[in-house]
Amino acid sequence: MPSITKPLIPLSPLPKNDLGLTIRDYEGAMSTLCAGCGHDSVTAAIVHAFWELSTPPHMIAKLSGIGCSSKTPTYFVRGAHGFNSAHGRMVPIATGAIAANRELTYIGISGDGDSLSIGLGHLMHGIRRNVKMVYIIENNGVYGLTKGQMSASADIGSRPKKGEANVLAPIDPVAMGLSLGATFIARSFSGDKEQLVPILKAAMAHNGFALIDVISPCVTFNDHEGSTKSYKFMREHEVKEVETDYVPIRAEIRAKIPADAATEVTMHDGSVVRFRAVPAGYDPHDRLKVESYIRDRESRGEIVTGLLYVDESAKEIHEVNATPPTALSKVPFSSLCPGAATLATMQEDFR
Amino acid sequence: MTIDARLDQRLQVNDFSIKLANVNGTGSSSANSLLMQAIFRMGIPVSGKNLFPSNIQGLPTWYEIRVNKSGYTARALEYDLVVAMNAQTYAEDINDVRHGGYVVYDSSWPLDPDLTRDDVTFIGIPLAKMCLENFKAPRERILMKNIAYAGAIVAMVGIDVSLVADLLAETFARNEALKESNQKALRLGYDYAIENLDCPLPFYVEPMDANGSSILINGNMATALGCLYAGATVAGWYPITPATAVMDNFIALCARYRRETVASADPEVPDTKRNNYLIIQAEDEIAAIGMVLGASWNGARAFTSTSGPGISLMNELLGLAYYTEIPAVIVDVQRTGPSTGMPTRTQQADILLCAYASHGDTKHILLFPANPNECFDFAVRCFDLAEQFQTPVFLLSDLDIGMNDWVVPELEWDDAYVWDRGPVLNDEDLATMSSFFRYDSLNEDFVATRTLPGSDEKGAYFIRGSGHDKYGHYTESPPQYQEVVDRLKLKHAASAKHVPAPLIERRENATIGVITVGSCDLAVREALDELADAGVPCDFMRVRGFPFVDDVRAFVDEHVHCFVVEQNRDAQLRSLIAIETGLSTEKMHPVLNYGGFPLSAQQVVEAVLLKLEN
Repeated sequence: MPSITKPLIPLSPLPKNDLGLTIRDYEGAMSTLCAGCGHDSVTAAIVHAFWELSTPPHMIAKLSGIGCSSKTPTYFVRGAHGFNSAHGRMVPIATGAIAANRELTYIGISGDGDSLSIGLGHLMHGIRRNVKMVYIIENNGVYGLTKGQMSASADIGSRPKKGEANVLAPIDPVAMGLSLGATFIARSFSGDKEQLVPILKAAMAHNGFALIDVISPCVTFNDHEGSTKSYKFMREHEVKEVETDYVPIRAEIRAKIPADAATEVTMHDGSVVRFRAVPAGYDPHDRLKVESYIRDRESRGEIVTGLLYVDESAKEIHEVNATPPTALSKVPFSSLCPGAATLATMQEDFR
Repeated sequence: MTIDARLDQRLQVNDFSIKLANVNGTGSSSANSLLMQAIFRMGIPVSGKNLFPSNIQGLPTWYEIRVNKSGYTARALEYDLVVAMNAQTYAEDINDVRHGGYVVYDSSWPLDPDLTRDDVTFIGIPLAKMCLENFKAPRERILMKNIAYAGAIVAMVGIDVSLVADLLAETFARNEALKESNQKALRLGYDYAIENLDCPLPFYVEPMDANGSSILINGNMATALGCLYAGATVAGWYPITPATAVMDNFIALCARYRRETVASADPEVPDTKRNNYLIIQAEDEIAAIGMVLGASWNGARAFTSTSGPGISLMNELLGLAYYTEIPAVIVDVQRTGPSTGMPTRTQQADILLCAYASHGDTKHILLFPANPNECFDFAVRCFDLAEQFQTPVFLLSDLDIGMNDWVVPELEWDDAYVWDRGPVLNDEDLATMSSFFRYDSLNEDFVATRTLPGSDEKGAYFIRGSGHDKYGHYTESPPQYQEVVDRLKLKHAASAKHVPAPLIERRENATIGVITVGSCDLAVREALDELADAGVPCDFMRVRGFPFVDDVRAFVDEHVHCFVVEQNRDAQLRSLIAIETGLSTEKMHPVLNYGGFPLSAQQVVEAVLLKLEN
């Protein structure tokens, strides 16, 4: 995973965010992924979202597992603290990190191999614990770094570049998230930055585990005719019926409510996710309706994208455990160690 | 009883062993530990070893109590009294009592005449019948049978019955009904023995003052206390015998000592509790160690507790922690392997697994406590070492230490203790620097300065388990890769002088050295006293940490013969010493106990004498 420092070419004047930082300040090293890789578009969307939210770079922790997708944290927010862990193990590491310091914004980048095969159990338990983090699956249906094996998200009938069509049922992270009680579920397409950026911002504001499945085509191994994770297939089958805007706290007053606004969700931090367009009868708070809608469209060969489900009422891991509002790692030793006198007293029980 | 047997009844004051044979899940263990605790309160050195099955109810289980005025409380292999309460194992249990010893059995049913021995005294007590007559509820009749036999033994070996009554009163302080029935059962057994038997037997207890300020504690509780006192705030774990109680205890201790009340400003709103800890029951041991790494990366003191099968699963991330230099504390309460092995039986068979856990060239720091007192002290040292050296550190306890109650000196804490967080830069430090790279600024122990997430951007870096150079950047260059892994080797070696030093005790004219580790301690010390009495003085060394200091090598060098006593099949400690010191294994004769029960002195004495004869 060579990292090549990106040349900082001053393009003036670049707009600045509330911290006085330009979008360049949220970039990372030069990508070494294949030209046209969907993952690079996701990286660009992440850069954009953080910049727009004015998140201080040093308050971001970016984590990943192993795989093409897991290389990408190097390519965004160079001032963030990064952890490229082991294959499939990012969720437990992020969980421990979040347990120790809840003050940072956590973003985990994974792929379909990392998340849906080797790390599936960990992902499910991360969802179950409602660990407060953004979790992105850059889903291309294929193992890229090992040169083109089908992954667990490959659809039945999808053809690899070489070999037989896939006959095994795919593991769909959105359906899985719905059944596990995930509190924020979205699906997007790497080719649609306009949709992805607001979803990312909403995910960062979400009070819990935000699961985002991003179909992100692999141009080298899975972008051919017969693949269901190709740019062409996505462009032909994507249904964007659920559209959302993210309204940060300070902008709320001046944001115009569009005429077709359907419903709003106030996030934990006071910001608002506004569902701009949803199909009739769709309710992003109703797990059953969301599931039946998605399944219905699926049966017609369509892939629904958008912010599909939100539950902002559930408690995240720190609320469940009644930990201090600031980082556990900052609790002074004097508050942690009961001291010699207490040890002497408690040993009366051992006599 | 034959005349022979009567002649063998030497008077034994504060020097005898009892084996209690029970059916597990019937409540016997509380009755058995009651006896042990009462003897402890009488000021007499005592041990209790629970030899139990991996089962909830119905299988044979044993409890052994050894009373010894000289402090020899390792497992004894000779029993003066066997309490045979399990018909399934009558034959085996009756066979275990020494010549001239006693067997107590439940005479509510006749004993098979084939099982009797001429050289042993059989004492029948109609326990089931007594309980049937005195208690109504079926469950109570079963439970109280245990307390009733305990009462009889109290009388038979001269235990102060008022002490036992006090213990029962303390245990059932909050349940009047249970307190009453327990006291009644105790009296039933006690009175029966006083009225019907010649009490005490030729072996009995007399009050002593040997226990001073000592406490009775198991290693898992002491380890949990160490983690509490060391300031651990995050723990990830997965249930596993025999390590589960480490975390059960840690959870209970945190709830008691780490919970603050936050006063509510609004009188209508109740005060809230704030927990200065977060303990996560993980989905598996892989996740458990992952959580520890994440938390330690983020600057919290974090640990996991597990046993061999858990270490097997953790191997992958232990390598990540080693290579990326993240602190981690792993408590391994060893049990009998390989595979599932015998989960409720003890062994020291994870030594090599832990020393070199994970693929590639890895080496870890190990601490070997011998008893609960050391579990407490060493647990604290593990956290300091993990942060000083930014690497995984293992506390290698075992089932015998972890789950049995031991009489040990009381735990001590120095309020002047300052936790050692190792070399960590804060934002003020960073402000004075032109640049920061993860692995290029070293202290005298080859440890690089780290920053914590949340530090200023200047301190940001990217952790990677892939090949990296001293700046933390990805590399595939041989010299850049080697520079880092060579430093890791030096760093590991440098930790030797910081781990607990080996305990070395010399005897005059000793030409033989006996090396041991962990819970073998008491049995080996007892064996060396016996060997000295037999004219074979031996020097003693108990290693307490890995990597080894030079003293370990010197000890082997300076003896004509060395014996390495440990509890595994493959002489793992001996191998580790040989690998790490370059010494030949030829001079180090293995003495191995690996059947799953704790070591006894007799095994060591016999092995040493046998070798010297040949």
